[in-house]
Amino acid sequence: MIVDRFARALDDRLRLSPVARRALAKVFPDHWSFMLGEIALYSLVALILTGVYLTFFFEASAADRVYQGSYAPLDGSTTSAAYASTVRLSWDVRAGLLIRQTHHWAAVVFVAAIVVHLIRIFFTGAFRKPRELNWLVGVTMLTLALANGFTGYSMPDDLLSGLGLRIIVSVVESIPVVGSWLAFLALGGEFPSTEMIPRLFVTHVFLVPAVLVALVAVHLAMVVRQKHSQFPGPGHTEHNVVGSRLWPSYTLRSLALFLWVLAVLFALGGLVQINPVWLYGPFSPAQATSPAQPDWYVAWGDGALRLFPPWEVRIGGYRVPAPFVPGVVVGGVTFLALYAWPFLERIFGRDHRPHHLLDRPRDHPVRMGVGVAALTFYGLLVVAAGDDIIARLLGVPVYDVLSVLRVVVLVLPLLTGTLAFLLARALRRGDAARLGDLTRADLATAHGAERRPPEDASERPARDRPGERVEMWPEGDVWHWRYRDAPGGLAVAGNRAASSEEEAASAARLAYPGVDRVVVPGPPLPAPGRLRTALRRWSDRALGVSLLVAALRQRRDRRRRDDGPDTSAPDR
Amino acid sequence: MSRRRPPLAPAPPGVNRRIVLSFLASAAGAVGFAVTYGLGGQTQWEGVCLAVAFAGLATGLAIWGKRLVPVGGYVEEHEGFTPPPAEQAMTAAVLTAPDSPTRRRGLLGALTLALAALGVAALFPLRSLLPWDRTRPLGALRHTPWRAGVRLVTSEGRPLRPSDIPPGTTVGVFPEGHVDAADAPAFAVRLQPERFTRPPAAGHLDGLVVHSLLCTHAGCPVRLYLDGTGRVLCPCHQSSFDLFAAARPVAGPAARPLPGLPIEVGPDGFLRATGDFTRPPGAGFWSRP
Ligand code: HEM
Ligand code: FES
Repeated sequence: MIVDRFARALDDRLRLSPVARRALAKVFPDHWSFMLGEIALYSLVALILTGVYLTFFFEASAADRVYQGSYAPLDGSTTSAAYASTVRLSWDVRAGLLIRQTHHWAAVVFVAAIVVHLIRIFFTGAFRKPRELNWLVGVTMLTLALANGFTGYSMPDDLLSGLGLRIIVSVVESIPVVGSWLAFLALGGEFPSTEMIPRLFVTHVFLVPAVLVALVAVHLAMVVRQKHSQFPGPGHTEHNVVGSRLWPSYTLRSLALFLWVLAVLFALGGLVQINPVWLYGPFSPAQATSPAQPDWYVAWGDGALRLFPPWEVRIGGYRVPAPFVPGVVVGGVTFLALYAWPFLERIFGRDHRPHHLLDRPRDHPVRMGVGVAALTFYGLLVVAAGDDIIARLLGVPVYDVLSVLRVVVLVLPLLTGTLAFLLARALRRGDAARLGDLTRADLATAHGAERRPPEDASERPARDRPGERVEMWPEGDVWHWRYRDAPGGLAVAGNRAASSEEEAASAARLAYPGVDRVVVPGPPLPAPGRLRTALRRWSDRALGVSLLVAALRQRRDRRRRDDGPDTSAPDR
Repeated sequence: MSRRRPPLAPAPPGVNRRIVLSFLASAAGAVGFAVTYGLGGQTQWEGVCLAVAFAGLATGLAIWGKRLVPVGGYVEEHEGFTPPPAEQAMTAAVLTAPDSPTRRRGLLGALTLALAALGVAALFPLRSLLPWDRTRPLGALRHTPWRAGVRLVTSEGRPLRPSDIPPGTTVGVFPEGHVDAADAPAFAVRLQPERFTRPPAAGHLDGLVVHSLLCTHAGCPVRLYLDGTGRVLCPCHQSSFDLFAAARPVAGPAARPLPGLPIEVGPDGFLRATGDFTRPPGAGFWSRP
């Protein structure tokens, strides 16, 4: 009642109902892979909430501070204010450690969710026209997420993060011509400068999050405007979206997902220790910890630094240090390739049409091969970042591990990529439904076989697809419609009521071009659920039986009529 | 205004109860969190209670979303993004109208120039981000506080005699008065001169050599010393340097030897430098060697 009246009051002042009616009825596809982006979004919300709490206690300064608190080994020692306040936050502020660890876990999950989301977009071709723009926004958000993870990680001024920062500064200094100037511009002096921590702080809590939030808004606005893509399926066409509505289905489901993300993050933050800076000790230029591994999302860079051979080239007598290629070139090429992929695929695939139906990964063997090769490559780089740990676990010299990895990192991606390419091609051309069904014949014939023309049922005229129709019916003064595919046993309802027959017809015409529309007297039975299907089957049977009974009775009646005067009129 | 409300959709049996139970569990988690906090706080319990609070809410809403509202079965039309030609023509007409600013090419050119100038000018204040004292990066990276006459001290600032460097271990040494300088840390080590395969770059005092502590790969301190082999190892990416061969890199990604520090024994009997490192310490940068 209150909700009702409040909505009405708002509507009377802002006239929201035309927008709200469409927005509430917006259809989201029902496939789990569409939730990955949401997990990233909700982790970002968690990051902002926990991060703001941390800013109340974290002191972003390199000035000397005497730590006094309940962590005995450091009690009374002089460290930077940043380090002292982080230890205080962890040991002396109630719930401080929970929030700090949750913040760190949220960062780990945030980047992971973005990466998995990106992988899903990549392999299903969701980045194709008209969604290239959103791919660009997404890749930019990934770079910002990595940057913010790294700045956040570096702020507490502990020994481990200090080493990481020193390595990154060295990588920046390795850039030809401008490297050392860039490093000095960023730090305001030689590493470790006094300006460093305040600058990291402003970048971490304001600059990057502000840009990130703005880009999230653009990203989501674009998704709303362009609508979701969807996997091919019965009733799914290039001209519609089939699934559940924002209100009430996805409102409830998305809220549930948000709360799941929070639950997992707080469980991790409470139970699983992460970044215990009090154990590492404060940063000191002459100290090191070993083993030293970074957070997973920078590990690929660390792995590349470890694997690249000690080659320093000279250009015109000037030195280009060894970290330049693994640190700057590999990272730069990675992101350039990510940015360029949709356009490369458009140009080389000669495909300029818009796409709203997704590919299955197998539909595009080249993309599949490249994607799998890339994933193998970066996965191996992450593995390489733990070469010292692997060596210790296996009990072999670390340089043997290094030599093996140097070869494997180049060879294995080629192998897995080729294999993925061949398998995808065989799956696409053969009839196997899944990998396990693939036969040797499929693999053999895939080579040189004609490419099957893309099957897009929605583009075929409806008269080739009998049994399909759009039904429309009035209900009070509004109109509804639904699409039915009788042989497929499918019925999907138009997502919102229309104010006229013409409006309903035009929505149906857009969603199912070429399908006949008929006006039916009233609302058909609701879409079948599991229970309803059972009921329906049961009632069909009942109907069959009753029809039989009716026919028998009719015959009896007729016989009676033939026999004599009608005495037994069947009661209605 | 009384509008007839349609009757509530019937709920399958037991669903309402499950949802209510979930929400109650959530409330219990919230209370648990508050109590834990009030009693002085305990990270694990706080985390578990909050997780229960959120998970309870999540479960309740998930059941609600799955069992009490329709799942699937709806379709929304998609207009596509190719506008009808008539619409495109109308937009184009607005943009190319007689008074349209986009048609005054000359003025646009001048406007672009002004904006470009402003944009470039706006970059100038970025220079203020460089160091206050106007140190030039290359100079700063090349030079360290070490110079002739600076004594070698420990991290506590105690000056060192040659006898303070025992064989079989490395000792961290710093320039007196600059113990915290990040580019200056060095280590002293006593080696058997007869095992030198190359003479140390900065010479030695009866086998006593001093090298920069900073890895020439990316600047981590090379803290791990393997006595028998005379090698130091970098913990960051496992570069290894052979101290018998002028601290050349023998494995891992580092490409240059650790710079040496020339030393002598001063008149007071303490070790002191006779100059800066033989090369800039730490990671490489764009420079002529
Ligand atoms: C955009 C996504 C963000 C990511 C990926 C991220 C990541 C991180 C990471 C990895 C840390 C290190 C935590 C640790 O000490 O173990 C950190 C620290 C911190 N973050 Fe964030 N963060 C993000 C957003 C924010 C926001 C929006 C704020 C505040 C408005 C914030 C405030 C802080 C503070 C104050 C610290 C230092 C606290 C400490 O380490 O004790 N962060 N962040
Ligand atoms: S910093 Fe020493 S090996 Fe990379």
